[in-house]
Amino acid sequence: MVEVSDLQFGYHGRAVFSGLNLRIPRGKVTVVMGPSGCGKSTLLGFIGGRIRPQGGMVRFDGEEVPYDAGERLFAMRRKMGMLFQSSALLTDLSVYENVAFPLREQTDLLEPLIRILVLMKLELVGLRGARDLMPSSLSGGMARRVALARAIVLDPAMIMYDEPFVGLDPISMGVIVKLIRELNDALGLTSVVVTHDVREGCSIADYVYLLGNGRVIGHGPPQEVMRSEQPETRQFMQGLPDGPVGYHYPAREYLADLEGPG
Amino acid sequence: MSWIQGLGRSGIDFVVRLGHAVVFLCHALHGAFRCLPRFGLVIQQLYSIGVLTVLIILVSGLFVGMVLGMQGYYQLVNFSAESSLGLVVALFLVRELGPVLAALLFAGRAGSALTAEIGLMKATEQISAMEMMAVDPMKRVIGPRFVAGVIAMPLLAAMMSAIGILGGYLIGHVQFGVDSGVYWSSMNEGVDLLDDVLNGVIKSIVFGFVVTWVALFEGYDAVPTSEGVSRATTRTVVTSSLAVLGGDFILTALMFGGL
Repeated sequence: MVEVSDLQFGYHGRAVFSGLNLRIPRGKVTVVMGPSGCGKSTLLGFIGGRIRPQGGMVRFDGEEVPYDAGERLFAMRRKMGMLFQSSALLTDLSVYENVAFPLREQTDLLEPLIRILVLMKLELVGLRGARDLMPSSLSGGMARRVALARAIVLDPAMIMYDEPFVGLDPISMGVIVKLIRELNDALGLTSVVVTHDVREGCSIADYVYLLGNGRVIGHGPPQEVMRSEQPETRQFMQGLPDGPVGYHYPAREYLADLEGPG
Repeated sequence: MSWIQGLGRSGIDFVVRLGHAVVFLCHALHGAFRCLPRFGLVIQQLYSIGVLTVLIILVSGLFVGMVLGMQGYYQLVNFSAESSLGLVVALFLVRELGPVLAALLFAGRAGSALTAEIGLMKATEQISAMEMMAVDPMKRVIGPRFVAGVIAMPLLAAMMSAIGILGGYLIGHVQFGVDSGVYWSSMNEGVDLLDDVLNGVIKSIVFGFVVTWVALFEGYDAVPTSEGVSRATTRTVVTSSLAVLGGDFILTALMFGGL
């Protein structure tokens, strides 16, 4: 579904990706994991055409992703859904209107049909009864479920999840984990989940990519990645504080630093 | 040399930012034309940008007109020319104070709100979410606000001038006993529709364009953090106020001679 080849990207003189290659298989849940700041969310920006890579290529559904904000890019985005970390609900619209928003903007459907589609999607995420609430009245978990309903309302071919488990209580997290897996299977979607939560990520993944140092440091089915003896993969999957990814941010020698500014 | 480097860097930064603002303006104008078929979106924005600014405009206009009436009367009575009070108040308001003060209040009330709204939409990823839903924010968010700002400003300036003239009348007639008929007829004879009223309307349209442009650009260009939005909001009020005052001088010189 998605093919990333030799991707190059960096900013402020720091390379985020130096020759990244990965493939997202169609119809599967692919989980991209890695430590904070390794470029996981940036990767979704490349796939969605929001960030232009400095080198390499991203293909979606056999077509190269254009980065010109033109009609071709918008046509491609109509086949994608995205769940943002902050949910990104439109704060001046109710839950119902948020889910109806893509339908109103992208289609000429009549109101009775829009109503049916919105209620069906809200029912899927268990929030049909919350349709009249405003985003400010929702908990973090509920807001994410509304955003999920909005992301699938146009029946996209692929859905991207940016850190879907961050800041959720265990019940809400369980609901989101269940929804990602069930929606993928029931609607025949392709899902890309970016997260640093190893347990939740592996529980729903068909395939795992582990990023670090600007490249893929491990990939495969979750059980295989969990058992990996490769030091970088092992450090991340087992949450070890020190290892190939150093505990300390690069700095001058400790004693010399204490003695005064050099 | 460091201060020269700093000066040069500031100059380059200013030109780069101005370039970004002009590119943004082109996109915003394109978005504004494309949003016109969905005029309901513009109406919504006319409410939040225009209608919600009416109260502050009316209250300020009334007081400004009353002060003009009072100060005008004290000066004119020395020359037994208090019969010209209506003309003086009207000319001040229609030519200058109406468009300029309304634009300054518009920048403070509606401009800052626009910047904060767009900046927060950016900070909370609402703009990115729209892009990912294949919805162009220039057409859906920026365009309607731009059109509403340009429409609202001349209407607000007209309201300010009208209520100011009424304030001048209240002070002149009720407080100082200037004849009612003289107050209105001096205005009727001395205020020219093209030279005075139309030029005032042109000024307010230009100010509406500039203030809305600055406010929307600052919001769209804001660093997506609470500090970034706060700075952008401040910049909107400062930049658009200075642009209004500087622009008023240039427009006045062009319209009424001098340049």
